Amino acid sequence: MTFPKGKLVAIMGLSGCGKTTLLRHIGGALKPTKGYVKMDGQIMHELDQDGLYAMRRKMGMLFQFGALFTDMSVYDNVAFQMREHTDLPEDIIHNLVMMKLHAVGLRGAQNMMPSELSGGMARRVALARTVALDPMLVMYDEPFAGLDPISMTVIGDLIRRLNDALGATSIIVTHDIQESLKIVDYVYFMANGVIVAEGTPDELRACDTDFVRQFVHGEMDGPVPFHYPGVDYRQALNLRN
Amino acid sequence: MAIVSTIRAIGNRIVNAVWRIGVAARFFFLTLLYSGNSFRRFHLIIKELFSSGVMSLIIIIVAGLFVGMVLGLQGYETLKRYGSESALGVMVALGLVRELGPVMAALLFASRAGSAMTAEIGLMKATEQISAMEMMAVNPIARIVAPRFWAGVISMPLLAAMFSAVGIFGGYLVGVVQIGVDEGSFWSQMQAAVDFREDIMNGIIKSLVFGVVVTVIALFEGFDAPPTAEGVSGATTRTVVTSSLAILMLDFVLTAIMFRGA
Repeated sequence: MTFPKGKLVAIMGLSGCGKTTLLRHIGGALKPTKGYVKMDGQIMHELDQDGLYAMRRKMGMLFQFGALFTDMSVYDNVAFQMREHTDLPEDIIHNLVMMKLHAVGLRGAQNMMPSELSGGMARRVALARTVALDPMLVMYDEPFAGLDPISMTVIGDLIRRLNDALGATSIIVTHDIQESLKIVDYVYFMANGVIVAEGTPDELRACDTDFVRQFVHGEMDGPVPFHYPGVDYRQALNLRN
Repeated sequence: MAIVSTIRAIGNRIVNAVWRIGVAARFFFLTLLYSGNSFRRFHLIIKELFSSGVMSLIIIIVAGLFVGMVLGLQGYETLKRYGSESALGVMVALGLVRELGPVMAALLFASRAGSAMTAEIGLMKATEQISAMEMMAVNPIARIVAPRFWAGVISMPLLAAMFSAVGIFGGYLVGVVQIGVDEGSFWSQMQAAVDFREDIMNGIIKSLVFGVVVTVIALFEGFDAPPTAEGVSGATTRTVVTSSLAILMLDFVLTAIMFRGA
């Protein structure tokens, strides 16, 4: 898999196929048993802790449910990385936080606590926090999970606009096919830990591979069976022939 | 076969317990190693001092008062048999400063602040806040664990001192105000018998040791909790049980070392 600079790439597949594991490998949270992840010329699993942390400063990751720090306000969440990694004076941090919150439309929510936010708002605050230090690589883990249709469109639009504004590379792990095909440049389909299809959104819509067709059209049965493997149904019901 | 599987199960539990102690020890050393940042940004410790220390004050004061009053009552009944009622102040003060202050304060701290620390960190883990911090290149041991550890270590002797002081006042209320023991002998005998180095310092050392142990157990259990509701509740229970047993066992060991023959 390659993720070119400035592109928005989606990794799609069924739940449990290894998408989030792949993101964890890219972020250096897991060491691969085979292969490697190379980012900005560095092989991630060969880095020591300082090297890994230096690399992570160039990354941002949006977690599935935002993972906002619940003991901090919206403002402090967005300011967190600036305070941890820079010596910027508080008035400059204030302006930067306001700019980030303005970009996600939540400037007015700066004093709210995460418990007071709706799911969509929390995801937007998390997005502002993710891009707080203008990372070169942004990873999104299921950014559309559990959102209403309006929030999904807003988040999708923000991801696209932020990627273009930052000139960053973005990786979206998702199984929300319709929303993500609207915004991404390229898609990888994964199943059982391997790539089964890849291409631009238009190529995938036209693709006649059984797996991709089942996934894109949401068909109930196909290469991915409806029934989990188990004993014969008649046997499970204790019926005699 | 049953014997083999029983022995295997016992062996497995022992190996797991030893492994867990090793992981906890490594966690403790990492906490010490990454503590520098907490002292450079002391406001992080102050914030935790408020939630673990100041917020425990009410329970410490109320418990201290009642324990002191019970000591006053029971002590008077016992001392009266030997005509030594005037030594009530000494008995109450030594009992509190040497034993009950550090031990009871530590038990209450483990139940109130320790369990809260475990639940908070366990939930942070379950909601991916700790993973998020790691992905932001912020070491969670330095940012989350170390400030809480030092807040616990600083709070514990202060809470124990508060417990002892309020307990002595409780003993005074029952012994002097209610029963009528002579006030002059209550205070003067206490002043003469309680030694700063032997009694008060040893009590402070005890509470410091309890502070380290309780806080490390609470933080480790939270950090090590499986990221599920069941995992966090189990970790919180283990914090209270393990801390309480550790406090009582350590109290015996420390008492044997400090006061043997004294």
